[in-house]
Amino acid sequence: MPNDLYKLTAYEIRELIKKRDVSPEEAASSFSDRIGRIDDKVNAFISYDKENIKEELKRIKGKEAGALYGVPVAVKDNICVEGRLTTCGSKILEGFKPPYNATVIENLRREGAIVIGRANMDEFAFGSSCETSCYGPTRNPWDLERIPGGSSGGAAASVAAGEAAISLGSDTGGSIRQPAALCGVVGMKPTYGRVSRYGLIAFASSLDQIGPFARDMRDCALLLNVISSYDPKDSTSVDRKVPDYTNALVNDIKGVRIGIPKEYFIEGIDAQVKDSVSSAIKLLEKLGAKVDEVSLPHTDHAVSTYYIIGPAEASSNLARFDGVQYGLRAKGPLLDMYKDTRAAGFGDEAKRRIILGTYVLSSGYYDAYYLKALKVRTKMREDFEKAFESFDCIVTPTSPTPAFKIGERVDDPLSMYLSDIFTIPANLTGIPGVSIPCGFAETDLPIGLQILARPFNEEMLIRVGYTFQENSAFHKKRPRL
Amino acid sequence: MKKKIDVEYIANLARIRLNGKDIKSFSGQLDDVISYIEKLNSVDTKDTPPTTHPLPITNIFREDEVRESLSVEKVLANAPEKRDTSFKVPKVVEGE
Repeated sequence: MPNDLYKLTAYEIRELIKKRDVSPEEAASSFSDRIGRIDDKVNAFISYDKENIKEELKRIKGKEAGALYGVPVAVKDNICVEGRLTTCGSKILEGFKPPYNATVIENLRREGAIVIGRANMDEFAFGSSCETSCYGPTRNPWDLERIPGGSSGGAAASVAAGEAAISLGSDTGGSIRQPAALCGVVGMKPTYGRVSRYGLIAFASSLDQIGPFARDMRDCALLLNVISSYDPKDSTSVDRKVPDYTNALVNDIKGVRIGIPKEYFIEGIDAQVKDSVSSAIKLLEKLGAKVDEVSLPHTDHAVSTYYIIGPAEASSNLARFDGVQYGLRAKGPLLDMYKDTRAAGFGDEAKRRIILGTYVLSSGYYDAYYLKALKVRTKMREDFEKAFESFDCIVTPTSPTPAFKIGERVDDPLSMYLSDIFTIPANLTGIPGVSIPCGFAETDLPIGLQILARPFNEEMLIRVGYTFQENSAFHKKRPRL
Repeated sequence: MKKKIDVEYIANLARIRLNGKDIKSFSGQLDDVISYIEKLNSVDTKDTPPTTHPLPITNIFREDEVRESLSVEKVLANAPEKRDTSFKVPKVVEGE
């Protein structure tokens, strides 16, 4: 039995440990052996160290058994773990060991979870393919020639490949939901403010949110229970009671009003994605949901709005990487030190985004770009507010295409940016969204269904997602590796 | 086509040194992106207020009291260069 534990869900592992049928050591070694066997191929991890796992196991020894007691969790490499390498996939943070834990790490530890390794990511979360990491690309476990999606590609791939039971990613424009779709797992971006961002290395502070990856909706709810909290250390954290999300694991969507936005079924969307999503919607309808068309008229402007606001905030946030307090430092007088440190430390995509962000904020352009984008953001928020007057949730494809080939879009940033077209609106408007597996393209590439709901109505996402999974089997299929 | 963005000038504002090759490729790529994002001009936002934050938030205040914070050793542990209890940096002010 122990060797196959990596195939189980977090819930199943937790139950076995609770019954003392397996020990946390056995669970951890099953996953770490699995990592040892396949991560040369997948490259889901930036750092992974058996000594660290031993330390994690020692920490929970004799402690009260928490909600994730002994469950191995992968953590995206932009979430600070005290004393452990945290790189953001960037050379500029080479050797950086944070002096404190992110709040989500404190929450995980309080419940007895084991941080099994640090998941690969696009540098500073800038990307949709996990190719801009300075530690090399993560590969899609379903087809090693393809990208896993991004930016949380390592966190998604690790769960799909059985290298972690569950994982934590961050989502600024789709960075949890898009790789979840492309790797065939569940990935949720909670409402902005639901999960503390303290200790998450900031990309765009008004858009970033930490969230769970899991193999099914139950694990997603379990992990969401643990990471959701009010945190005075994050001034955008919302002081609102955290419900027990597992109560929303109900196999019943009778009467749930589902809106299908016509603007999401555009030209350019892959035919197999369209077919799978349409079949999924039919299933939801069969299960008792009331499905109707809805309009989100400003959808077409989401990518433009995002690629102004995101880089603008990023250019400001990344000013802190200047060679003074941590990471890389180039030699020379002050100004040269700054410029050469940042030239050597940042990759091309990070440089492009910082330059774009600096440009849209620069004197003479601020009103034309940045202020305009903030106003269109209001328009998008109004679109959703109106839609949610008549609907309980909105269902869309997560990504317009299944996973593309490694290298296919690296030199064409605009085509890369357009792969986030369906996920960006949730970040701009702060609403929660989840991607669940809903089909496969003919070459066994997973396809994701996105569900969106009102702010702080994660329960609706869980209920609809759980009902879908109880009546389908897409989430049970695993890649052959 | 006229260049939209002076990449070298903006990179200097952002304190990033670029070589000739980067300037050339970034100019082309960013011009494409900027042309794309200019689609926003077609949206009428005359009476629309800006949204800086997705949900209403309020500032969090606390009592101004002494609390335990990170030790100097921890704060300096990642410093590329340090001296005593400070980060050491190249000279900032010219002259004696």
